[in-house]
Amino acid sequence: MMKWIEKKWISVSLLWIAILGIWQLGAFIYGVDVIPGPWSTLKGGQELLEDGTLLQYIGISFYRVLIGWVLGSLVAIPVGLIIGKVNVIRIFAEPFLNFIRFIPPIAFITLFLVWFGIGEQSKIALIMYATFFIVVLNTLTGVMSVEEDKIRSARSMGANEWQILLHVIVPATIPYIFTGVRLAMGTSYMAIIGAEMIASNEGVGYLIWNSRLFFRTDWIFVGLFCLGFMGFFTDRLFGWFGKRVLYRYGVVSVGARRR
Amino acid sequence: MSLPAKQNTIHIEQLRKSYSEPAAGELHYIIKDVNLVIKGGEFFVLLGPSGCGKSTLLNMIAGFVSKSGGNLRVDNVEVNKPGRDRAVVFQQADSSLFPWLTVRENVEFGLRMKKTAKTERRSISDRYIALVGLNGHEEKFPKELSGGMKQRVQLARVLANEPAILLMDEPFGALDAMTRRTMQKELVNIWRETHNTVIFVTHDIQEALLLGERIGIMSVGPSSNITDIYENTLTYPRDVASPEFYSLYNQIQRHFEEQD
Repeated sequence: MMKWIEKKWISVSLLWIAILGIWQLGAFIYGVDVIPGPWSTLKGGQELLEDGTLLQYIGISFYRVLIGWVLGSLVAIPVGLIIGKVNVIRIFAEPFLNFIRFIPPIAFITLFLVWFGIGEQSKIALIMYATFFIVVLNTLTGVMSVEEDKIRSARSMGANEWQILLHVIVPATIPYIFTGVRLAMGTSYMAIIGAEMIASNEGVGYLIWNSRLFFRTDWIFVGLFCLGFMGFFTDRLFGWFGKRVLYRYGVVSVGARRR
Repeated sequence: MSLPAKQNTIHIEQLRKSYSEPAAGELHYIIKDVNLVIKGGEFFVLLGPSGCGKSTLLNMIAGFVSKSGGNLRVDNVEVNKPGRDRAVVFQQADSSLFPWLTVRENVEFGLRMKKTAKTERRSISDRYIALVGLNGHEEKFPKELSGGMKQRVQLARVLANEPAILLMDEPFGALDAMTRRTMQKELVNIWRETHNTVIFVTHDIQEALLLGERIGIMSVGPSSNITDIYENTLTYPRDVASPEFYSLYNQIQRHFEEQD
């Protein structure tokens, strides 16, 4: 009887219509200045698109995230591997890691501005910081959960320590590294928005923050949507990459799971 | 002049493994004063109840676990680390195979570490994949295989390194009864073809009797030891239903009952 609701495209579009409806209803009740409805958000977005700022801001935010995230991951992966592999280093590093990872990136903004200047370096450094600890901790966890049997079997087949690291520990750790890098993308977006709100003249964070001066809540909504979409698409892209390229290492993409 | 054939004899004298430091007071031994000589090419079974230290002894021969006392020599060379000459087949294929490598790549792992040329690697892996009966599965990943097939991969993977000694730690323990029978038969065939020395750990009396030329019985730990060695001269393939098999089975069964 209710079979039609099980069809995915029907249920999904119904859900979206319902969400848009509730959103619009909210706009009616509280007024468009408090809750800009779907329509006024769209108009605001069009406005920002036409004067070119929106694409520029998305571009600049995306560029910062990408650079910081890639560099941060590239530094963090070998560090995580070393900390995980070498007991002596781990004993010293672990308390430090567990201390500093509770300090959110935003808390460092002022210091990073002082240390790295008000240019791009400070923002990229902030994203590297946001990426670093998550990736290190995940890599480290991965290294430590490599089964002893795998290492032993490699060793008894003649692998030396370097070969064990390269041919056993790294491939066995790839799913953990992947998860870490993927989670780090989320924190990178959070970090960059914070940084752009406080210390930038461009970027999506700047747009959201600056819109308050003109009381353009519709622009804020546009900024929020952009962030959501940017995160969503980069995550999907990364998940797809993981599933395609890293399939043999047991990387499963959560977003693209099929039953 | 031809080189003397390698005997691959394993000499174990007064071998001990303790697990607490002397400072903590009394020493606790997992195994204590084990004496054993295993001849090259022999199929030796270590039989004993769970937790008696048979895996520890096997891991010491493999070089994974260091000894606390005594001597352990292979061809008069003291064992102190793992080596290519002593291959290990683990109980759990899932934890020891490399899931990111295909069957062929798993089998070629040791050769790759040794930097053997690709074409040679290929011909060696072909030979051992055929020997364990995995033709047609070369490009599959371990997770696509059944438990028995995974153990075949483990076997092919270590045999590809042409080891002198095969150390097997309850390799068929996790398999269903039917698959286990098949694997036992094939292991005997492979052993007779490759002339490896095999040390096979099990707690299953029937398995021990189906496989071993000699069966070393380990006492219940701690401080466990090889208390008796049974000779099994029945010809392969062995018939579980034969009276000789049955009487040997009972003999060993009684042995364990008396220990209780």
